[in-house]
Amino acid sequence: MLDPVFPQCHLLGIEGLSPLEINHLLDLADPYVEINRNRENASESLKGRTIVNLFFENSTRTRTSFELAALRLGANVINMQIGSSSVAKGETLIDTAVTLNAMHPDVLVVRHPQSGAVKLLSEKVNCAVINGGDGSHEHPTQALLDALTIRRRRSKIEGLKVAICGDVAHSRVARSNFYLLLTLGAEVRVIAPRTLIPSHVEKLGVQTFTDMRKGLKDCDIVMMLRVQNERMTGRLIPSVREYFRFFGLDREKLSLAKPDALIMHPGPMNRGVEIDSDVADDFERSVIREQVELGVAVRMAVLELLAKNLAATRTNVSAAS
Amino acid sequence: MSKGRASKTAYIGARLLDPATGLDETGDILTEDERIIGIGPNLFGGSPPSDAIVIDSNGLCASPGLIDMRVQIREPGEEHKESLRSAAEAAVAGGVTSMVCLPNTEPVLDDEATLEFVARRARLQALTKVYAYGAATKGLAGKELAEYGLLADAGAVGFTDGTVAISNSQVMRRVLSYAATFDLLVIQHPEDPALAGTGVMNSGETATRLGLSGIPLEAEIIMLERDIRLVEMTGGRYHAAHISTAESVKIIASAKSRGLRVTCDTAPFYSALNELSVGDYRTFAKLSPPLRSEEDRQAIVEGLKTGVIDVIASDHSPQDQDSKRLPFAQAAFGGSGLETLLAVSLDLVHNEQLTLLEVLSKLTCVPADLLGLDAGRLREGAPADLLFFDPDIGWKVIGDKFRSKSKNTPFDGRPVQGKVMRTVIDGRTVFKASPHANSA
Repeated sequence: MLDPVFPQCHLLGIEGLSPLEINHLLDLADPYVEINRNRENASESLKGRTIVNLFFENSTRTRTSFELAALRLGANVINMQIGSSSVAKGETLIDTAVTLNAMHPDVLVVRHPQSGAVKLLSEKVNCAVINGGDGSHEHPTQALLDALTIRRRRSKIEGLKVAICGDVAHSRVARSNFYLLLTLGAEVRVIAPRTLIPSHVEKLGVQTFTDMRKGLKDCDIVMMLRVQNERMTGRLIPSVREYFRFFGLDREKLSLAKPDALIMHPGPMNRGVEIDSDVADDFERSVIREQVELGVAVRMAVLELLAKNLAATRTNVSAAS
Repeated sequence: MSKGRASKTAYIGARLLDPATGLDETGDILTEDERIIGIGPNLFGGSPPSDAIVIDSNGLCASPGLIDMRVQIREPGEEHKESLRSAAEAAVAGGVTSMVCLPNTEPVLDDEATLEFVARRARLQALTKVYAYGAATKGLAGKELAEYGLLADAGAVGFTDGTVAISNSQVMRRVLSYAATFDLLVIQHPEDPALAGTGVMNSGETATRLGLSGIPLEAEIIMLERDIRLVEMTGGRYHAAHISTAESVKIIASAKSRGLRVTCDTAPFYSALNELSVGDYRTFAKLSPPLRSEEDRQAIVEGLKTGVIDVIASDHSPQDQDSKRLPFAQAAFGGSGLETLLAVSLDLVHNEQLTLLEVLSKLTCVPADLLGLDAGRLREGAPADLLFFDPDIGWKVIGDKFRSKSKNTPFDGRPVQGKVMRTVIDGRTVFKASPHANSA
């Protein structure tokens, strides 16, 4: 039977999801946190299912997290790191999708360097597709795990002031978080140099700040983004030292946020670039490791839900024929 | 009166001119240490404080010291052309109490250490206050952003690539955008380098007759129009340096009317001279941008009159003799400007094009506000940076008598009217004209 709240077979992005759908996903994920902590066998709900991690971009954390989530539910997992194989041989994205589809996987977890590529692929397959990050567009499971982390610590997201700091222009994490946090009623602030703030971002409903001290004032959550300094230095920011001085999170700037403000980071961190180790490792405030932990729970819930919906559709199709 | 109490000075009987408030009446100024502590008509009721040194101004004009927002000082790197010392001596003789130098030194002012070096060396001269622009791009190469935040903290009052325009539009977009992060001013030399090409003077009939390659007006116009589009896109603060064409005035006026944060300056060269000054291959009149046509000159004057042109800056670009004693095309661009800034600007008053207060505002409070300097005003609590001048004394510009190391001026031999009599910085008289000299 299709899930009554979330009947879709794909999770391509947060944009367009209702508060009900988002909270439903978080509710489904929440029990898995304890189950994972107790090392209990979650279930065998995905036994016999095949999950393919199709990654067109390097990833360790997200891929491992999805792999672990699938294994804990008893699924078979295949990791495909593309770039070295098909793409290098000139195969188009659609051909890759059609080829894989012919092997009848159940869920494809796809990461791709181009925005919109995962959606394109999802239109060519008849299995469930999870967006594991597409270009600078969306990374829905990251936003869900961030939301779960916040919700477990602060009980609700509505009314919280959340600062998202750093390279918003190139961040899919930022976009997914905008949609999710705004949908659930949080106030979202973007803090970055102008060169890293995409144009008209205010239209998405966020406030922008170029002075980190002003932006952090009274925030409940400080979410730092990774600076890809190798591709930005000189072009969008002059240097790492200048970036850290004005936009790096350190004890002094953090003091302007609420005294119990949580520090978040999607990882991997550049210590001394966007965040000072002193605050990154503050066990009272930093929930960075918890984010990683909850990522597995969120992905278990999403995999299980989509696989269930997929099975329901397939049953419907066979019943009809 | 003991020497130890000599920190107060009373300047009595001056024509007080404060363009910020429109004050223009006879009165007195009292300074203590580095500040003005009293100003106004009949300040002392006939008896100045007994512990003050009294200087009778005899009706001289007293205004805030001039602020020159565009000066090239060749230290570090080319001290044979100009040093901080010679530039500062020229500045005080020209009534300039604050000047801002371009970052095109060697090494370039693109890191805190070099900026601090210039600031420290300037303090040692204890003459004109020297501020600096930071490089807009590293090494003035027009490619990578310089560290605006750190440089601004170290004292940079704006960012520019000096005498070269940032020609890559994407880089200029990022420069404006990144500077807007900290609400910093970007100053552009508006000249499309590709279009200026190998040109050496204004494109036109004179250039054609002389057989010299021309720099078209469009080199300036296109760059200005592009920049203003980018300002509109990024929300940056933009200042166009030394505009020289009639069309430029229109472009700036239209940008201002659209509410963009755009300002500009011109130099006395462009309000007083036209391309005919090049005459018989006079390299002293080889400037960047080039002297333009008479119609352009008149439009520049008009722009000053209507207020479209905010600031007058000397555009002091010192060159040594060897760089100028060359065939025209090979000679360097630029001329000495500090010591003629006031007198040539006063032409605008004597020709009844602008009032004295209007000219002074473009040389004092307006640039001060643009750059965020605590200067340019006659009021209690302001720094005692004062200029005493006689607007009517006539003299003749003789470059060889300049205090600047750079003796080349396109005004050489020009009779001018208006003379700096005394320059006071932080309450100390740092320049006093010799009473009988009637040339620079």
